[in-house]
Amino acid sequence: MSVTIALVGNPNSGKTTLFNALTGANQFVGNWPGVTVEKKEGRLKGRNDVAFMDLPGIYSLSPYTPEEVVARSYLINQRPDAILNIVDGTNIERNLYLTTQIMELGIPVVMAVNMMDVVNKNGDIINTKQLEAKLGCPVVEISALKGTNVDKAAEKAVQLAKSGAKTKPMHSFEAKVEGYLGEIESRLTEVNEDQRRFYAIKLFERDDKINVKTGVSDIVERAEKEMDDDSESIITNQRYDYITSIIKSCYKKKNNSRLSVSDKIDRIVTNRILALPIFAVVMFIVYYVSVTTVGAFVTDWTNDGLFGDGWFMFGSGREAYDAAVEEFEFSDSIIAAFEGAAAEAGVPAESAADITVGLEIYDDDGNVEVTDVDYELYMSELSKAATEPDPADYGPWVPGIPVLIENLLGVLNCADWLSSLILDGIVAGVGAVLGFVPQMLVLFIFLAFLEGCGYMARIAFIMDRIFRRFGLSGKSFIPMLIGSGCGVPGIMASRTIENERDRRMTIMTTTFIPCGAKLPIIALIAGSLFGGAGWVGASAYFVGALAIVISGIILKKTKMFEGDPAPFVMELPAYHLPTAGSVLRSMWERGWSFIKKAGTIILISTIFVWFTSNYGFANGHFGAVDELADQSILGRIGSAIAWVFTPLGWGDWRAAVAAVTGLVAKENVVGTLGILYGAEVATESGSEIWASFKNAFTVTGGGAGALAAYSFMLFNLLCAPCFAAIGAIRREMNSSKWTWFAIGYQCVFAYFVALCIFQIGRLITAGVFGAGTLAAFIIIALVAFLLVRPAKLSSKPSLEPSVN
Amino acid sequence: MKTLKEVKIGETVTVKKVNGEGAVKRRIMDMGITRGVDVCVRKVAPLGDPVEVNVRGYELSLRKADAEQIIVE
Repeated sequence: MSVTIALVGNPNSGKTTLFNALTGANQFVGNWPGVTVEKKEGRLKGRNDVAFMDLPGIYSLSPYTPEEVVARSYLINQRPDAILNIVDGTNIERNLYLTTQIMELGIPVVMAVNMMDVVNKNGDIINTKQLEAKLGCPVVEISALKGTNVDKAAEKAVQLAKSGAKTKPMHSFEAKVEGYLGEIESRLTEVNEDQRRFYAIKLFERDDKINVKTGVSDIVERAEKEMDDDSESIITNQRYDYITSIIKSCYKKKNNSRLSVSDKIDRIVTNRILALPIFAVVMFIVYYVSVTTVGAFVTDWTNDGLFGDGWFMFGSGREAYDAAVEEFEFSDSIIAAFEGAAAEAGVPAESAADITVGLEIYDDDGNVEVTDVDYELYMSELSKAATEPDPADYGPWVPGIPVLIENLLGVLNCADWLSSLILDGIVAGVGAVLGFVPQMLVLFIFLAFLEGCGYMARIAFIMDRIFRRFGLSGKSFIPMLIGSGCGVPGIMASRTIENERDRRMTIMTTTFIPCGAKLPIIALIAGSLFGGAGWVGASAYFVGALAIVISGIILKKTKMFEGDPAPFVMELPAYHLPTAGSVLRSMWERGWSFIKKAGTIILISTIFVWFTSNYGFANGHFGAVDELADQSILGRIGSAIAWVFTPLGWGDWRAAVAAVTGLVAKENVVGTLGILYGAEVATESGSEIWASFKNAFTVTGGGAGALAAYSFMLFNLLCAPCFAAIGAIRREMNSSKWTWFAIGYQCVFAYFVALCIFQIGRLITAGVFGAGTLAAFIIIALVAFLLVRPAKLSSKPSLEPSVN
Repeated sequence: MKTLKEVKIGETVTVKKVNGEGAVKRRIMDMGITRGVDVCVRKVAPLGDPVEVNVRGYELSLRKADAEQIIVE
């Protein structure tokens, strides 16, 4: 007979450690339906007939948070064969509060008192025999971290589950309350006898999320009148009174006035003066390592090496190779420039002795260096007969996956369209998914450590004051900070926020902060129309931060987020060093869930954009066209939607197409514009197209090229992020509805910001007033109204997950 | 009537009653702030809110707005 045992306990009680110790690698991680609460199942090591269900960490079986609702509906409706209740021995009083509630369910309970090693070390005494007698359930002393007695606890639970014995709650409330509960129980004739007490108490508490709706309000009203308190408080007060009474006989704290290690750390870490500097240093380390150094190094390697041309083992030979490539390209462009000029003049290049042509070479700042190419220079470059440098000559070279596949396809004589699909569609798509993984893993190690050691709770404590005004959590700081490097791990970092509303809000706003891939767009705009002014980049970050603040204030008043403010009543767990195993496991689980859940979306979207940019109707039939040509499907889409962007100052199909390809990766915007303006872009900021870009935007912007370009930049920074980030949003929201809402909100918000900037800017600079200007004023008035309107305070519970 | 919000750092007080209703009140009480319990105010966050208290042997942080709902003596 196979049995299912539910693992129930407070957050920070070591529940996950125990679950890992019990199940090892036999785990299945998923989500509870309808909510973003993680669901974990596993089989007991070496026992295929024993399943463990790791319920979310909860403090109570109250009906208010998604975690609590999920846990209790599982316990009530699925009715596991036994419950293994893990209790933190160093914090036993509050932990027992949940225990008293679990006991009422009529399911056999085994209690595992965890962290006994710490309890003993502190010199405290827990009399487990006494506890067993008082509570009426078996009690096992364990240490999940050290693995002590873990098997014994599991074995007890299995035995109990198989024996079919019931745990009868030993605790009782005050006689008066018991009288009322008895009255309610006598009305619950349709409820199974084991569960009557549980339902009686829930009905007494006026809990409206249980599936028994027997009318008992007359009894509750009488009780409340007699005891002059609301029924929920009566029960809670009496539960704790009961716990206080049993704690007296079972628990002895060695009364030492000495501060614990955790207290000493906290005296420094959350000190009024030192807390913020320490926080800044910690954040800097996290950012520096996971985004700029290790993260960037590993990401570059995956994107340019593994999923690029290839890489030099040990990095040797890179410099020499790069120099050789530069020389080769210079020589190549001299030859091309001269031959081009000769062809134009109608003479064969070999005999065009009197032709001289200026070759323009751009650097990253848009400076042009003109080299005069004459016949002599041409012949000398030609005589070098340079061949493209082979990286293998410069050091131990490992070709990248695309190169290997390309070679393989060449050997197989694969059709062009097929190899293009495989290379530019599928391999590029897979690369886009995996390219983010290494950096993400580095970040996840940090997050797991910060969470495991207890500092994450302190971050919320320190930052709460600033963020709660915008409907965010103090923990939203990390996603936004990481988001300035890359939005994908930024969004994934929101996992650390417990409150579902705060988390959703964070996911929706994180990508407003310009990420690393958006920097080329900023450089393009700043370079081409603002003379490289530094304030353009600075303003992008400012607008991003402002967008978060405004969105937070507006959204928290909308129907989707309204309700009572989430209670910020948070435990600050004692500091302790997490084990390497638990950090790595957490890293792996999060990384894998990104690959699995976000991967599909990223892959399909990348292939879709590849297809639409390479295929289209040309000359009356459908087929392959030049990449991004105006006959391609994407080109036609661009032409069809360009008018939408006319009020923003850039109603040009090329700009529209660039915005769409920006969804694959934001840095693509510059490359796409390069292709569309007919220049080979080699510099990151696209300096080769600055001139043509400026001209095009000056036309579409009706003379106000700078405003149009600025509006184009803001739109691309604020609108839907790249597919990888959208995949991450989908993963973290765990709901298509919320994903679409997030993307839709971001696009509309971006559109409004760009529209207002362009239209009002034009009104100020050129005095142009039109329908667009009017629209801008209406939008501003609307946003102002949404910002200041009073929040609707509803008395309904803050969250109503669709779980009964 | 004194509320937890007015308690000075380092002081220990006894909870008389928790005001308010719904999720916030329930949460405060679930975390062990119930009638008759001793609460020691440990510190205030660097930006002035929330506060950290010690109750039933562990550290708990709550906002001043919520601390105001807790009547103490």
